[in-house]
This record gives sequence, structure tokens and C-alpha cells, in this order.
Amino acid sequence: MDREPILDVKGLRVELSTRNGVVPVLDGLDFSLRASETLAFVGESGCGKSMTALAVMGLVPQPVGRIAAGSICLDGEDLASATEARMRNVRGNDVSMIFQEPMTALNPVYTAGEQIAELLRRHQAMGRRAAWEHAVEMLAAVGIPDPRGRASAYPHQMSGGQRQRVMIAMALACRPKVLIADEPTTALDVTVQAQIFELLKDLRRETGTALILITHDMGVVAEMAERMIVMYAGRKVEDGIVEDVIAAPKHPYTRGLISCVPHLAEVLTEERPDLTEVPGVVPPLTQFGRDMCLFSSRCVLADDRCRTARPADRQFGMGHVAACWHAEEVA
Amino acid sequence: MTDISKPLAPQIEKPRPPLAEAVEMFVRNRAAVAGLVVLVLIVLAAIFGPSLYGTDPYEMVWAPFTPPGSEGYLLGTDYLGRDLFAGILAGARVSLTIGLAAAFMSVFIGITVGAVAGFFRGWVEEVLMRITEFFQVLPTLLFSMVIVSLFGASFPIITVAIGIVSWTAVARITRAEFLRIRELEYVMAARASGAGNFRLIFGVVLPNALPPIIVQAALMVGTAILFEAGLSFLGLTDPNVVSWGQIIGSNRPYILDANYTVTLPGLAIFVTVLAISLVGDGLNDALNPRLRAR
Repeated sequence: MDREPILDVKGLRVELSTRNGVVPVLDGLDFSLRASETLAFVGESGCGKSMTALAVMGLVPQPVGRIAAGSICLDGEDLASATEARMRNVRGNDVSMIFQEPMTALNPVYTAGEQIAELLRRHQAMGRRAAWEHAVEMLAAVGIPDPRGRASAYPHQMSGGQRQRVMIAMALACRPKVLIADEPTTALDVTVQAQIFELLKDLRRETGTALILITHDMGVVAEMAERMIVMYAGRKVEDGIVEDVIAAPKHPYTRGLISCVPHLAEVLTEERPDLTEVPGVVPPLTQFGRDMCLFSSRCVLADDRCRTARPADRQFGMGHVAACWHAEEVA
Repeated sequence: MTDISKPLAPQIEKPRPPLAEAVEMFVRNRAAVAGLVVLVLIVLAAIFGPSLYGTDPYEMVWAPFTPPGSEGYLLGTDYLGRDLFAGILAGARVSLTIGLAAAFMSVFIGITVGAVAGFFRGWVEEVLMRITEFFQVLPTLLFSMVIVSLFGASFPIITVAIGIVSWTAVARITRAEFLRIRELEYVMAARASGAGNFRLIFGVVLPNALPPIIVQAALMVGTAILFEAGLSFLGLTDPNVVSWGQIIGSNRPYILDANYTVTLPGLAIFVTVLAISLVGDGLNDALNPRLRAR
């Protein structure tokens, strides 16, 4: 646990220009990631999980968005201030990404092998032949049967699970330091989902790639990740080792998310709590960045302090951090 | 590395290049196949016809206005006594060449403008689309007549004149396709794998945008042939080179006395453009369902 982090994000603030002014969709985000560690980002849609991924990739939507403050250090190099030309070398090479929809994330006019080989030629300066051979090896590594034959198959000739495997092969072809998986299995069958996670675990073990897993599925978090960060309205509300956070959440939002998952709560508390939902919705973008707890409108514990001051991060031992004025009362 | 491949049933389906599917779809369209056959014949006639037939289309070989079929002259002679069939064969070369060159040019301009506009959006798109609209509302025939009158009636100028007035349709189609495709996840995925704008435009988006552009390009060849015929009918052509429109234009005063001198080259234009349209239609069938299947 005391290894140097491979990715170190500090005070990251990403702003979007909207019709109602500039809005911080990521507001003072800190996190770090060590080699071969898996860090899960959890939260509802619109909480800034995907924006975090885009910021790390240097792909904050232009021209409406920009990184307003903070640093994203990958092996000591600040990506937040890197040039676009430098970022093109980083993307797909040092940091790569798997997308949610394997059905649409592969280019339909190129074969699987071509798509992997193209990356290798561009980033690793491999020759045509060597790149193709390596592409076939990658397809074999991600468990595609008959990799040599499938290398010349087009995406529409493959199943969803196979396509996601091809995506993973592409993402890992250049042996990235960090792999970002944005809801990698949401679009897949449950059985295929399990296979893909198994694959990701194995590959991570073998390559030492650190994994950022973006999901809203607590079950996936418990299964895959060592550490988790709960995001709400562009802010980190809780951060810690998965077991700690799930066993003793310190933020009412985290607790709400956990109690949304039936069997998970059942196992951990050994009694059957009612399935609760978190009432309400994520506040509109216009409220992002206000000096208050943005969860207060949905929180049963909220009082005046929550509505007038942004809660500070508080430590709860072993890197467990939560941003809530009432953290002690959450049980 | 790992072997967790077992749970996956190996797929029976043999990988087949999309081209094969497209060819199959094209062949199913009988009219398109007929069009293609006719078009191939016309192209062969244009390439080999003049040397096989042998008669010089510029030479007065017989009495003017010899009707078709008589005296060994297959399609008769025109007002100067030149062999009409030789003229049509020679004209095919000119018409097809100009049609192809002008279509190529308009597709080139159209793809460039449409791709840049659709990919970059913002003020770039605004400026380019206003320019496109400007060219769209120009009276095309008049504008190209002005160009040809100003710069001279040589074939490169005529080609440019046709190309410059007819690229707008391609630009609009290309832009529309780019607007649709640039939002798709694989473009984002390509960007996330480090592809730059140039590669994204020409390596990622354009190949996916091609089917409707190809169809439009095919139809453009027909339009360009018609356009060239129109210009040369009006006398805006190299008077020393035979083309279909030029034959029609020069024989126009005698249309009542010897209508075949106008009708036959007109028929050549009609058949060629029809064949091209049928092929374009077939391409549309061949390329679009595959898009949907994706």
C-alpha cells in the first residue's frame, strides 16, 4: 500500500460552460492509484464519474469544457498541462479506455485485427506484420477462440461479449499504465459480464495495469475493486477501501447506494433491512459548486449547516475519507 | 495468457468482407445489373470503338444528311457529311472523360468541405455551409457559362466549370453523415486511443460516411455528362473536338429535315445517363442495408 502512486490526481476542477454560466462538473477531486490496483468510481448518472475518466484522458469536451485547476500526474508527468500532441501519445498507450457499448465502440469498417494492429503501428512503431501478429496474440490473450481467424472478422460478425473482448485487447495492446473501464459490462449479459470481469482481473494481475472502474453497480465494486470513490454532483463524498466503505459507510449517500442493492446488504448486516431507495434526483448543474452539501436536499440528516457550508473531508482511519457533517450519525 | 475461452461457443459464421455482401445486394437488383452491362459496353465502345470503326469523325465522308443505314454508313451523316456513328463513338470518349473528371472534382471538393464542416462544427461549419449555400443558389448553368466564356472553352476549363457548380450536394451529404457519425462511440474510442483529427476524419469517420457519397458520386457522373452536353449544345465547347452535346448543337438547325442527326446523339446521352442512374440506384441498395445491419 505504500508504493508510489502511478496516477495522482490533486484538486481537479473541470468546468463546463452552460447557458446558465460556468459550472464545475468536477470540484476539487483528489485520488491516487497504484500499479495493478483497482479503483472503482461509483455514483448516479451525472455525478462526474465519466467526466473524471475524460479528464484523465485529456478529452474534456471542447470547447464547452476545460480543466480549470488541479493536476493529473501520471508517473510524475502532469497531464492536465500536457500539450495535445503529447496527449495523443499518452492516449491508448499509457492510459487507455474501454467503453460502455461494445456494439458501437468498434469501427464497423475495419476488422478486429486491423483495429488492434493500427494502434500498435501508431504507438509502438511496429511494422505491419509484427503488429498483426501481436494483434492475434492479444486476441488470444483475451480469450477469443480461433484468434487468427477472428482477427479478420468485422465487428458486426461478432457477439457483444466478443466485441468487448476485442475492446479490451485494443485497450491493453500497448500495455498501458492505467486502464479506464467506463461501465464495461452494462450492455452485456450477466454471464458474459462475469467472464469479462474475470478476464480483467487476470490481465491486471499479469500486466500490472492499474484499473479505474466506473460503475453504478455496487455488486461489481465489491467483486472487482480494492478501493472505491463515491461521487456525488461532481464531488468526492467518500473514499476508502471497499470492505470498509461497504461495511461502515460514512456518508448518507453511500449508505443509500448500498441499501439499494438487495443481497449485498443482506450478507453484510445479517438481517433483512428494507430495500431503500435514495429519494430525489441529482441536483441540476446550476447548483453544482455551491458552498453547501449538494446532497442535503435528499438527505434525512440535513440541517442548516449542510445547506450553508460545504462539508470538509474527514478521516476515519486507514484512508477512509468522507465529506459529511453528520458522518458519525450515519450507520 | 489466460484461457477462459471455453464458455464462448465458437461462431460458425465465416468472416466475410462487407464488399462481398454489397456485391450480392447489387446483383439482386436486376435493373442495376442491366445498367452496369450497358455502361460497360459504352465504356468499351468509347475506348476501342474509334480505332475499330476506323472512320475519322472529323472527315466529310459522304453527302450531307445521308439517312441511317444507307450507303454503308450505319447511322448516316450530319450536315457536313461526317459519319454520325464515328462522331458518337468519339463523343463517348469526351463525354465520359469529362463526366468522370468533373464528378471526381466535385466529389473531391464536396468531401473536403463537408468533412471539415461536419467534423469541426462551430464557426468553421458556419462559414463553409454559407459558402456551400452560396454555390447552391447560383444559377449553375449560367455560372459555368460565365467561367467557360471567361477562361476559354478548353476541356480542363469545362471540367472545372462543371465541378465547381455541382459539389454542393456531396458537401451536404458528407456533412450530414459526419454530424451523425462523429457522435458515435467508436469515434470517441478512436480519439481515446490517441488518434489525431486527420486520422479521425479520413481514417475513422470518412470510411463510414462513404456509402451515400459513393451513390451520389455515381449519379454525379450522369449529371456532369448532361451538363457538358448542355454547355456544348450552347456552343460553349472546343469546336474542334466532337462531343455528344456538340453534335446535337451543331445539327440543331436541321432538326426538322434530318432529325436523326440530333436524336441519335441525344439517345446516346439518354442511355448513358440512364445506365449510370440505374447503377447508382443499385449501389444505393447494395450499400445501405449493410449500414442498417451494422
